[in-house]
Amino acid sequence: MTLSTPEQPADLLPAAASFLDVRDLRVHFPTEDGLVKSVDGVSFTLEKGRTLGIVGESGSGKSVTSLALLGLHKGSRAQVSGEIWLEGQDLVALPEHEMRELRGTTVSMIFQDPLSALHPFFTVGSQIAEAYRVHHKVSRKEAMERAVEMLKRVGIPQPERRAKDYPHQFSGGMRQRAMIAMSLVCDPALLVADEPTTALDVTVQAQILDLIRDLQEEFGSAVIIITHDLGVVADVADDILVMYGGRRIEYGTVRDVLKQPEHPYTWGLLQSMPDIADDVGRRLDPIPGSPPSLINLPSGCAFHPRCAHKGRVPEGICTIERPELRPVAGTDAHIAACHLTARAKQEIRGAGPNDHRSTP
Amino acid sequence: MSTTQPIREPQAAPAPGGKLLEVTGLTKHFPIKTGVVFQRQIGAVRAVDGIDFSVGAGESLGLVGESGCGKSTTGRLITRLLEPTAGSIVFDGEDITHKPAVKLRQARKNVQMIFQDPYSSLNPRHTVGTIIETPMRLNGIEPPQGLKKRAQELLETVGLNPEHYNRYPSEFSGGQRQRIGIARALALRPKLIVADEPVSALDVSIQAQVVNLLQDLQREFGIAFVFIAHDLAVVRHFSERVAVMYLGRIVEIADRETLYARPRHPYTRALLSAVPEADPDAVERRERIRLTGDVPSPIDPPSGCRFRTRCPKFAQVLSEDERTACMDQEPELTDRAGGNPVACHYPETVELS
Repeated sequence: MTLSTPEQPADLLPAAASFLDVRDLRVHFPTEDGLVKSVDGVSFTLEKGRTLGIVGESGSGKSVTSLALLGLHKGSRAQVSGEIWLEGQDLVALPEHEMRELRGTTVSMIFQDPLSALHPFFTVGSQIAEAYRVHHKVSRKEAMERAVEMLKRVGIPQPERRAKDYPHQFSGGMRQRAMIAMSLVCDPALLVADEPTTALDVTVQAQILDLIRDLQEEFGSAVIIITHDLGVVADVADDILVMYGGRRIEYGTVRDVLKQPEHPYTWGLLQSMPDIADDVGRRLDPIPGSPPSLINLPSGCAFHPRCAHKGRVPEGICTIERPELRPVAGTDAHIAACHLTARAKQEIRGAGPNDHRSTP
Repeated sequence: MSTTQPIREPQAAPAPGGKLLEVTGLTKHFPIKTGVVFQRQIGAVRAVDGIDFSVGAGESLGLVGESGCGKSTTGRLITRLLEPTAGSIVFDGEDITHKPAVKLRQARKNVQMIFQDPYSSLNPRHTVGTIIETPMRLNGIEPPQGLKKRAQELLETVGLNPEHYNRYPSEFSGGQRQRIGIARALALRPKLIVADEPVSALDVSIQAQVVNLLQDLQREFGIAFVFIAHDLAVVRHFSERVAVMYLGRIVEIADRETLYARPRHPYTRALLSAVPEADPDAVERRERIRLTGDVPSPIDPPSGCRFRTRCPKFAQVLSEDERTACMDQEPELTDRAGGNPVACHYPETVELS
């Protein structure tokens, strides 16, 4: 663990062993321009059968976190520290050959772009069968049968015939289904989905989210869904982790975070989304500026240059001191990192009639 | 956007309420050929298959639908980046359907395009200044204040620092690049901008910045927009009228209040119900209409109503007799007993809750 770590936030104290327990995960990349701190002290826990949504803009470190869960930074220049406890094993300390055993069977991933994640030269069926044969001593024929069965399970019509097709013969939604079939072929206990629906149409997105939910119920696995779309998270997740500049800034259940967001960044995200039931005359309320550089994070609260409410905190503390994650009063597991007092937040929110969506 | 606008000359806009763009029976078929030496056509991808719509001066028309429905092809036909197979495009009283490229330049000055991907739509070897000046150079326009000054003004209009004139696109973030693309589109003071998914490659917070910018430009300069997007919430926010496309045809067209509150086509309803909402209560309340399967191939669209293969109403509600109409007759886009034009034999009447 690094020396510069501030006081441990409340939820990092030893707790009952969870299925997945990520503690103070850091992933740093040395570059010519300096050290890129893509993930800087991220912690969360996840139980089987639950879904965690990780939300943030591009460059917030959400995808790098997901790659670390699969040990995909091993062998690169990335410096990974912290702990990832999965079923009693620390994945960060695990050597590559042991990690390889776990990939597919214990942890598995659905990538954003199925066209580049599938090999164009092999049939869809053979790619799924190969993933199965890596971990199971079965004949080609048996593995192919398993692949067809998986394709059927994810809702691909005529699976026997479609297994012999190449990825380019599938439509976008079907390819994503095939990716899901491949990642589930060895019954993983933890499924990481990195922007699984971003490239898809809304109607197909709804189908894929339903599918992930159904399969989760059937297999009882834990799911981490990484997305920038709060709508997707509201739809499938139980918990939300909001990341900004490689750090957690808000963490809690979906209901707590979306109904009572505590961090100005989360307010900003919610306000900048056009809502389908909103007043059409309302001007969108974007977050000014752009996401920070991960080499040179702003001092104090990393969000302060874009925050509209820093003036309410006395003595410019926002620019000097990094806020800790503090529990939100009246909730069990909702934490947020902001210097604003509960009273100040009340006032800001109270400026509108009901909730965070109202523009002050 | 800064309020001290140096460029504020009024547009030579047609009479208010007049049609700026009128599209009738627009069709684009991409031929599928076989054979090496002697090629013969064995079929066609019917990307756009006979659509009619119009856009008034200063109005914004939204075009929505799933991928493959022909919305981007429509955008490229209007800007004449593609040659229409049939139908006509009348822009500002002038038929530009088959105008040769040399004569098109005048019309192209008035119709500009904003592309989806801010990374591939800007030449990485040109400076921002060159990128914005090129349309003016090509059209032989010499602004009184000089090209450079004008380009800098445009940069300011879209909220960028005019001092960035000499920088290259790689030095900008995605949102800023999209602003450069917008400045280029504004350079010729167009009357119509076709924006093809202008914000879908951007982060939500940046997306809102760009939508606001486009809205300001529309109001300030009275530019008409054809706004192509798959995000129904953004379209509702930006466009006064919305057309829903499915498999190369418009299935419903209405002003936004009507379309979002009382959609009549089952497809529009399904699309609307699939939009994710960031409100846990809304998620619980909502009844989602499930569409199964994928969009059928535009090479061989289903007979009769093109949507019937995925239509929940066709599958669950209609009787055997009623279905015959869906299978045999292609529904026309007409008013159908009052209300907005819809291409469905059995349009819905109930308001959305």
